[in-house]
Amino acid sequence: MKQISEERTKIFFEKLSKYIGSNTKLLIDRPDGMYCFREMNNRVYYAHEYLLKQASNVHPDKLISVGVCFGKFTKSGKFRLHITALHYISPYAQYKIWVKSNAEQQVLYGHNILKSGLARITESTPQYQGVVIYSMSDVPLGFGVTAKCTAECKHADPLTVICFNQSDIGEYIRCEDELL
Amino acid sequence: MGRKAKYNDENRPKKGKGRKDKRQKDPDTVFQIDPKNIQDDEDETKKLSHRQKQRAARRRKKKEEWKEKRKMIKDKKKIKKNEPPMEETEIINNEDVSDDDSDFDSLPDDNYIDNEKTESAEEDLDQTNENMEQDNNEQDMRLNIASQDIFIFPSDDDINNVTSIPEIEARVKDVLLVLSNFKKFREPERSRQEYIALLRKDLCTYFSYNEFLMERIMNIFPLDELMNFLEASETQRPVTIRTNSLKVRRRDLAQALISRGVNVDPVGKWSNVGLVVYSSPVPAASSLLPVIALAPKENERILDLCAAPGGKASHIAALMKNTGVLFANDANKSRVNGIVGNFHRLGITNSIITCYDGRIYSQIMKGFDRVLVDAPCTGTGIISKDPSVKTSKDKVDVQKCFTLQRELLLTAIDCLNTRSSSGGYLVYSTCSILPEENEAVVNYALRKRDVKLVPTGLDFGTEGFVKYRQYRFHPSLNLTRRFYPHTHNMDGFFVAKLKKFSDIIPTSVSQTQEGNAEMMDSN
Repeated sequence: MKQISEERTKIFFEKLSKYIGSNTKLLIDRPDGMYCFREMNNRVYYAHEYLLKQASNVHPDKLISVGVCFGKFTKSGKFRLHITALHYISPYAQYKIWVKSNAEQQVLYGHNILKSGLARITESTPQYQGVVIYSMSDVPLGFGVTAKCTAECKHADPLTVICFNQSDIGEYIRCEDELL
Repeated sequence: MGRKAKYNDENRPKKGKGRKDKRQKDPDTVFQIDPKNIQDDEDETKKLSHRQKQRAARRRKKKEEWKEKRKMIKDKKKIKKNEPPMEETEIINNEDVSDDDSDFDSLPDDNYIDNEKTESAEEDLDQTNENMEQDNNEQDMRLNIASQDIFIFPSDDDINNVTSIPEIEARVKDVLLVLSNFKKFREPERSRQEYIALLRKDLCTYFSYNEFLMERIMNIFPLDELMNFLEASETQRPVTIRTNSLKVRRRDLAQALISRGVNVDPVGKWSNVGLVVYSSPVPAASSLLPVIALAPKENERILDLCAAPGGKASHIAALMKNTGVLFANDANKSRVNGIVGNFHRLGITNSIITCYDGRIYSQIMKGFDRVLVDAPCTGTGIISKDPSVKTSKDKVDVQKCFTLQRELLLTAIDCLNTRSSSGGYLVYSTCSILPEENEAVVNYALRKRDVKLVPTGLDFGTEGFVKYRQYRFHPSLNLTRRFYPHTHNMDGFFVAKLKKFSDIIPTSVSQTQEGNAEMMDSN
């Protein structure tokens, strides 16, 4: 459990701001105490300061997880957001996509969202923007990146891909063992 | 930030009518029985129709005739002793023919006639019918007695020869009958031991257990309960799901499930998060029990020593409302991954997941307010889930289990903080029903550490054993709770709650009682 290096912090916050914009600072300045991001085995964990202090007693080899895992740095140095961060990202998401209830299943199996499954999309979403995917009953289903901007979506034919699936809550079942 | 812990819960003003207002009201029309109406009904019945009156009159007339006839018979009986019988009986016969009903009171008279051997045709029939019935009854009786008496203790060859399953079933029933009233049904030269051994052997074949486990189970239960337990262990318990109170309310969850065609119902009054699933193609009800007994509070430091796969630990975190710290530990690295997945999925943020051997945990960290030890066990309470237990467990396995359990329990006690303002409690639970893994382990801890048993807070379940065969446990062990598949419709389970009073380790006492201490080991 160590502080994230300056270079990696930059990569990490850039990635976060793709999804939640300037709301990133709300994750750190919370009314209920100090929350920090820490790095362990290339994974970024988000936890209360007190929790981190408690975890410092545990030998690094034996420590599996503290608080919530946000994602990991890949070998090429990029940051990849995990589905486990959804709980924190979804309330602050700037751009959102709602899928029809019959397309919900496809998203949960890791497929991209087609125009036919698209129910709603935030106005003026640019292309290649990080979005949070919701079901029609406002349950967050995962993250994605838009393939088309809102204007293009309106005129697209039903089989074009609107949003690339990055991560969805089906992963909790599909890859339970390699979640972190 | 999703569902946050409510830090200023008291300050929030209440909005709206509240959810209890939505509840369906009691029915308006109350169906009460009016005493007046009843009286009216009776009056109505008194008003008879013309035909009813006629019938009643006829009935009355017949009754009177009967009375007269009886009188006559009685008179004649008295005369009979002095006079030859022929004529009287003829008269009686004529009278008897006149009414078809053979009354109960007239039976002795019939017998009398029988003795005289002057029966009319009808009477003969009646008589033979009655005799037949009597004969049948007698035969039934004899058969019953016969089937009881017929059970002859099979010879050694018969026992060893593998017979068909129905035969074994019949033999089990017979032996159980004999044992239920041993004095009456036994064979004089056979001892109870022999009958028990035969029963054990047959039950082992019938339910496919190994002899060791069957012997242990037979020691625990009385014979009538034994069969119930064994049969209950064959059938699956109802699937129970827990509502994750961090994300959803039980009512909403039930509604969502019902709208998807799943038939669910609350599990019982004792839990406000459990739902029983009736018709659907997940943790058991029993795994809610230790957490309810532990009663975690907010802002505490809690340890789950054997947490995988995280069902109980996540329940604890939900009760803590994501405040304080929850340490979830498990020795098995691959199973720890399951905890990680479950915790993140359920939105638990106050957890630290570690992978230590539970037996050395007190060397790493101490000072917990509450500790849950859901120790690894032989799983004799969940035979319906994992039938391999029936044949795979033997004496050595049980011994390994309870040694590990004792070490874990002592470590867990060492981890507890005596001076904790709210806690200092430990819950020990297993999904086994063997006293070696339950009462004996707790009894061992009571001697080795300064702890006392406290009520678990579960008002159902049977009390733990204080006496078991030759062993005498601490009298406070009746505060522990046992749960059985056949009586409580959940997996077999054991829950004990301990409170730690000081860090003193009473070594001198334990050494003097070492002989008693190892009573289970020697077994």
